[in-house]
Amino acid sequence: MSNNEKMQTINLNAFFGQKQALKDVNLNIRANAVTAIIGPSGCGKSTLIRCLNRMHELVPNAKMAGQVLLDGENIYDKQIDSVQIRRRVGMVFQKPNPFPTMSIYDNVAAGLRLTGAKKGRNLDEVVRQSLERATLWDEVKDDLKKSGTSISGGQQQRLCIARAIALQPEVILMDEPCSALDPIATARIEKLVVELKNSYTVIIVTHNMQQASRVSDYTAFMYLGSLIEFGATEDIFESPKNPLTEKYLSGEFG
Amino acid sequence: MSKMLSSYKFRKFKNIFFFFLCLICVIIAIIPLASIVIEVVAKGAPVLSINFLTADGLHNGVGPAIQGTLILIGLTSLIGVPIGILSGVYLSEYGNNKYASIMRTISDILTEFPSIVIGITAYTIIVIGVTRSFSPLAGAIALSFMMIPIVARTTEESLKLVPNSVREASLALGIHKWRTTLQIVIPAGRSGLITGTLLGVARIAGETAPILLTILGSSYFFEGLNRPMDALPLRIFLNSRYPSHELQAEAWGAALVLILMVLSINIIVRIASRNKLKG
Repeated sequence: MSNNEKMQTINLNAFFGQKQALKDVNLNIRANAVTAIIGPSGCGKSTLIRCLNRMHELVPNAKMAGQVLLDGENIYDKQIDSVQIRRRVGMVFQKPNPFPTMSIYDNVAAGLRLTGAKKGRNLDEVVRQSLERATLWDEVKDDLKKSGTSISGGQQQRLCIARAIALQPEVILMDEPCSALDPIATARIEKLVVELKNSYTVIIVTHNMQQASRVSDYTAFMYLGSLIEFGATEDIFESPKNPLTEKYLSGEFG
Repeated sequence: MSKMLSSYKFRKFKNIFFFFLCLICVIIAIIPLASIVIEVVAKGAPVLSINFLTADGLHNGVGPAIQGTLILIGLTSLIGVPIGILSGVYLSEYGNNKYASIMRTISDILTEFPSIVIGITAYTIIVIGVTRSFSPLAGAIALSFMMIPIVARTTEESLKLVPNSVREASLALGIHKWRTTLQIVIPAGRSGLITGTLLGVARIAGETAPILLTILGSSYFFEGLNRPMDALPLRIFLNSRYPSHELQAEAWGAALVLILMVLSINIIVRIASRNKLKG
């Protein structure tokens, strides 16, 4: 394994009850790059990234087998606390989900306050920086006390990104972060994703192929729970090796 | 053409008929409720006076009953609210197993349980066995048996309404499950929890059978946790049985006080717990 690999899955299998959702997925995630995971609905994209921060195991009857390495260390090791992993691998969900009872400020501060990571850090400063990085600061700086659900959907999604960044994770997982947003809000999030890779490793699930080609450095194509093809985004889109990838990219199915 | 028109008219008639049917039923449902309120206000209001509200039972007052009801509500809530809410949290957040569904069924049965049975159970076990006297403690324990399932089930229902995406957001930040429940899920379902608690309070404040067998009634103000005590429903029940106009009027007064008390607790709690977040 080269030093450039932030995360790695080794023979990763995932199940919901009897149904197998992932089949022997072996994927390398480069540090400080955006990796897109594409594929038709139900192909296991979301399940795959939920295995990367141990959110998969929260679903009743969900099981997994195989290894997921973060900096070369198996996050499913018995001694490793899933809670610690989730602090290092942040997540942004499909639908914006700010905490409904909290203000904008408290939403961003929640991670630090409730994980006890606040120690020695100036909360006001962290909140401002996180909102700035999420390119939301200018729009909400005078309304920090307003409810986190009072802003628009696109703003809420950037708020969720700010909330994840505030904890200074190493990896940020995004599960179709734009699927509930309009084109303008989508464009802003995409721009943000590209900026985020300077500081973080980003993995983004998307069913939008154009989006994957716009934002990502590497692309993984999944089909029926298997990883079909993985490589540099340019290569995947311009000269896919697998006929299945080509069919999907040309819109023949999916 | 005329056939189509007549069927249209018939449909229109059915529509209006149905609307009026619903309206009439609503009115029928409101009549008894409204007449109770009017009756209680009309007969109870003339009795109200400072003396009536503050004097003890020997001086034509219901002071001990008001005090007793407040003590009962306080003690019962002290036992019932924490246990009820935590049981509800268990059922909602950890209740994905067969033990929880058994508990859910038991709790549903307990909600509908005849209160006289709870009273006689508390009488046999606590009054005779433990406190060896009629006591507010026995009353509060009996009433909390009624309160716990109400609070538990409404807590469960209101926490289940909190979208799962909110829980996931918190867990994905690396916040422990107990903190997620305590500081994200419960605040999000707070109004439901408050409604449940108030429902429980309103229910037990008016309960007569369990306290008849546990606190007995008294003409004096609170004398201790192991002495008989008075309460408003008890005062209403006992006074209304005497063939004395004066005592019966006092019963109406006590009924009005009880209604006003439950109403004001409701309003105060709602104002105090209003969400302070802007827009």
